[in-house]
Amino acid sequence: MNAATQPRPQAPRDEAYNFAYLDEQTKRMIRRGLLKAVAIPGYQVPFGGREMPLPYGWGTGGMQLTAAILGAEDVLKVIDQGADDTTNAVSIRRFFARTAGVATTERTPEATIIQTRHRIPETPLHADQIMVYQVPIPEPLRFIEPSETETRTMHALNDYGVMHVKLYEDIATFGHIATAYAYPVTVDERYVMDPSPIPKFDNPKLDMSPALMLFGAGREKRLYAVPPFTRVTSLDFEDHPFDVQKWEHNCAICGSHESFLDELILDDQGTQSFVCSDTDYCAQRVSQGRAVQ
Amino acid sequence: MNAAQQIDRDAVSDRTQPLLKVRGLTKLYGPEKGCQDVSFELYPGEVLGIVGESGSGKSTLLSLLSGRCPPDRGVIDYRLADTHKNAGQWLDLYSASEAERRTLLRTEWGFVEQNPRDGLRMAVSAGANIGERLMAQGVRNYQALRAAGLDWLNQVEIDPARIDDLPRTFSGGMQQRLQIARNLVSGPRLVFMDEPTGGLDVSVQARLLDLMRGLVRELDLAVVIVTHDLAVARLLADRLMVMRRSHVVETGLTDQILDDPQHPYSQLLVSSVLQP
Repeated sequence: MNAATQPRPQAPRDEAYNFAYLDEQTKRMIRRGLLKAVAIPGYQVPFGGREMPLPYGWGTGGMQLTAAILGAEDVLKVIDQGADDTTNAVSIRRFFARTAGVATTERTPEATIIQTRHRIPETPLHADQIMVYQVPIPEPLRFIEPSETETRTMHALNDYGVMHVKLYEDIATFGHIATAYAYPVTVDERYVMDPSPIPKFDNPKLDMSPALMLFGAGREKRLYAVPPFTRVTSLDFEDHPFDVQKWEHNCAICGSHESFLDELILDDQGTQSFVCSDTDYCAQRVSQGRAVQ
Repeated sequence: MNAAQQIDRDAVSDRTQPLLKVRGLTKLYGPEKGCQDVSFELYPGEVLGIVGESGSGKSTLLSLLSGRCPPDRGVIDYRLADTHKNAGQWLDLYSASEAERRTLLRTEWGFVEQNPRDGLRMAVSAGANIGERLMAQGVRNYQALRAAGLDWLNQVEIDPARIDDLPRTFSGGMQQRLQIARNLVSGPRLVFMDEPTGGLDVSVQARLLDLMRGLVRELDLAVVIVTHDLAVARLLADRLMVMRRSHVVETGLTDQILDDPQHPYSQLLVSSVLQP
């Protein structure tokens, strides 16, 4: 086990900042929005997004939600494309360690709040956990309807016929539903929601999940939620049912055949290798002695 | 009485009752800007032409009728289709909810825009454009959508091999025909058309008119068509309404108005058409 996966002791908080960076009024405002979002699963609630000390697109929406719900006792895990050790994940984790002084971890079962960019951990979540998603474009209808007033009306009137137009186009062009990420879902048989750009591999994990799922879009200033044990169904056609990605390979490090695999190109000859995208899941399997011989 | 007679009688009573009843419809943007005091009844299978000069309120009237813009005064009653859950009942268009109006617009009604770019989704293929209404009605079978797309491309005389092409690769006339297919796929009873042949050259216009005349008769559609082209009106419309400065100045059978106009403005309109 390398140094990065060691549990981190609680860091001293930088007293120059308010707890978790945002001021208390802002956090209250976001919490009010979150209560509304939980009460109406899948509905996009506008909120007064604040400027964060990093650019839009780097997870400002997710960070504001995390800041609003973070408590001193929480244990924070941040992943970027499943990995704990990439720039975005490391800097957001350090940010909250410094401004809130909370404990951070890379172990999925130990975390109470998991902020994520585009993956749901392979290790099943439990009821005490909250997932916070960083969302670039919260509006699932945006690709076909540029007007915000029109998309709001469509949500209000349950007018979702156009969602299938995109899937139809996929089948007409590629012979199958080629949408591989940000695959639209219906939440609690009412609102159509963009589950942020998670791969559709993770869509089934949203359904009846025991963990609370919160979604925050910083640039668009919208947040939405999937409460625990909510039905989440992926849109599809009768003769082209929803299906997740499958790989012919196993993970080159831990040998897993169930997890979401990333393709690595090793040399100029195009030699491929496949490894787990969830680094914590992979490392745990290795430490349990499941490494590929 | 046997079943066939019963159906016959139902069909007769369906045709003898109006589809749309309009009373005192008014929407003014300024004095004599817009339309005022328009009343008429439209029967199933009937084609009503609205003619008049630019700014006379034709398009305002059409957007009031099609539920896009609430009137200042007046009532529009629509008789719901037999397939609707409140079959045969009258629906007051503007006291109905917006959800009901939208459902109506994508099931029992159609709207053909003057510019096909407004009525089509330019970023998706022809097949998806045709299938959209069906998908909105809950058809979730790809093969069925595909079959409907191919069938309708055939009906509007577009090569079915072009089903996966984007509408912007189509010519203007083809786009207009695609727009018509997209509206008719849900089997509407009432279609609104705003200058459907405007902007097309004469020979393409003639083909489109021929096609529309065939479809209207075949599908027994009621149509409200706005046009400033009297030739289009003569070819398609059963009845005409002549509008001028927000008022309807004359109504009557198409041939009667075009051959024997009574109102001075109608006379001017008819006489100003160039005879080749």
